[in-house]
Amino acid sequence: MIAERPQGALARLTLLYPAAVLLVFFVIPFGIMLAVSFFRREPGGFYLVEFSLANYGNLFTALFGRVLAFSLLISAFCALLCVAAGFPFTYLLTRMPRRRQVVWLVILVSVLSLSAVIVAFAWSIMLSQTAGVSNLFVRLGLLDRPQSWSPGFWALTCGMCYVAFPYTVLVLYPPLARLDPHLPEAARTLGASPLVTFFTVIVGSLRSAIVAALVMVFAFNLGTYLIPQILGKPQHWTLSVLITDEAIYRSNLPLAAAMAVFFMGVSLALVGMAMLGGRRRPGGAA
Amino acid sequence: MPGLFLEKIEKRFGGVVAVRDVTLEVPHGRLVCFLGPSGCGKTTLLRMIAGLERPSRGRILLDGEDITDQPAHRRRFGMVFQSLALFPHLTVAENIAYSLRIRNVPAAERRRRSEELLELVRLPGYGGRGVSQLSGGQRQRVAIARALAIEPRLFLLDEPLSALDAKLREEMQLELRLLQQRLGITTILVTHDQREAMTMADWIVVMGTDNRVHQTGTPLEIYRRPADAFVAGFIGTSNLLPGRLGEDGRVTVGRVTLRVEALPAGALPGCAVTLSVRPEEIPVLPGETAGENHLPGRVTFVRDVGSSVEIHLDCGGMAIVSASTPKNRPALRQGDAATAVLPPAACVVLAA
Repeated sequence: MIAERPQGALARLTLLYPAAVLLVFFVIPFGIMLAVSFFRREPGGFYLVEFSLANYGNLFTALFGRVLAFSLLISAFCALLCVAAGFPFTYLLTRMPRRRQVVWLVILVSVLSLSAVIVAFAWSIMLSQTAGVSNLFVRLGLLDRPQSWSPGFWALTCGMCYVAFPYTVLVLYPPLARLDPHLPEAARTLGASPLVTFFTVIVGSLRSAIVAALVMVFAFNLGTYLIPQILGKPQHWTLSVLITDEAIYRSNLPLAAAMAVFFMGVSLALVGMAMLGGRRRPGGAA
Repeated sequence: MPGLFLEKIEKRFGGVVAVRDVTLEVPHGRLVCFLGPSGCGKTTLLRMIAGLERPSRGRILLDGEDITDQPAHRRRFGMVFQSLALFPHLTVAENIAYSLRIRNVPAAERRRRSEELLELVRLPGYGGRGVSQLSGGQRQRVAIARALAIEPRLFLLDEPLSALDAKLREEMQLELRLLQQRLGITTILVTHDQREAMTMADWIVVMGTDNRVHQTGTPLEIYRRPADAFVAGFIGTSNLLPGRLGEDGRVTVGRVTLRVEALPAGALPGCAVTLSVRPEEIPVLPGETAGENHLPGRVTFVRDVGSSVEIHLDCGGMAIVSASTPKNRPALRQGDAATAVLPPAACVVLAA
């Protein structure tokens, strides 16, 4: 279907609505942040309106670089884990009878409704020495004594993946549900075992959907702010934590704004690169 | 026993019976067609042969070996799906050589074989293209080549031509049949198109909406001697007239009594029967004439499509259609009085 070109004053008026939403909620706030990132900080006050590149110059510290790299890496790592676990999960989900699919989707969506605070504290209890799952492993004879696994890198990974997993499934669901069920069947009749079929046909034909899911979940993970503070040690704090620190506790809004703008630029560049890589197809097909 | 043998196959989905008690033999090198309306279970039967569904009851034997529980990927059958199911992320050559790659055939051998198959389906030089760059007919050929790549023991076709336009479909029917004859490959074709079945098949299995096999036979046997009213109505067009069998072996239809040459086995005088007469077997005479098996009436419609002429008659409340070639076209127009003649040899009596 091709949308008709809007005609007349009324039609043009309807276009104003999305334009206004975009302007009020995205363009203006971002414009303000961009502007503030060039302002000068006034110690003890707010900021002075004057143009300076000093904030961006101040970004290039070892701490900022390390935190930026860690934020990008943990977001990418968790996105990989989520898609690796979520893809087969979603595939099996789409092969279920409709009624059972709905039950699973409702459970997943209800997980999304949990606040990050609840999720983070639940994981910190589950991974704690006194009440955590390690006690269960001791009972089962797998461990000698209970251990504390939180805070730490793996605790943070668990928490972030837990929040991102339902999101991953929801992103992967439409392309997997649309997959022609005859594709895997054709592979079967051509001699591929179910496992070989999964990797050569299902993963293969949905490569672009997988890349899209990786990018979406990666971007979603970049915004993580609460979970690293509860489940991670200070060296695991993400850039979002650092920005908040700068903005609220040190009252350095111009520097925080510069960090946020730079962070966004780097993320956008990475996302763009991934999208370009995912679009390429064999045989030169468009 | 060489060939494919189905023994008392039944398939249920929950409480619904999809295929009911099918026993069937497909001899080596032949093309057998499962023909029936949608929902008759013909595709389910094919999927059971392919190993994509498990029969609820019965056995499938290939050359005497029981393959009922053999998984699909071990059967070495080639199947062409209705949606074709070409792999969108692979090139034409990669699609065709997929089954060879799975079997770890060396790359050089794969290339040689896919070029050979592209030659066979008359698409030489298309190996490097993407599937999305092909037309419907070309995709069809690629799907056929892909299914033939491993030299399958059985070639299964599930309504493979249904996505093509009418003209291309007719061409592909011939081409596919000639290919099958040249390779001598045992083939099962599923279709709802009786013309396609009659064009291509050595043997037709007619299935009905009651999920049973109604008749098996050569195309002409089924056309000339349909086993029941369903087959007569489904294969081609037929005049189906309700009647009653008399003491003298004649059939009374409406107010006229007709002589017929053959009666179904076990037909008793007085029982209700259906008379089936093909339109092309019925000559129409102008005016009201009397004689053996003459049905006087009036022309209600003339369908003249150039290559053939159909004359629709109302003979004392019975609708009768006659078909003739333009050469033998009777000079009749709508509203004219006319008489349909039902030759005794053309009257097939079916149990009602």
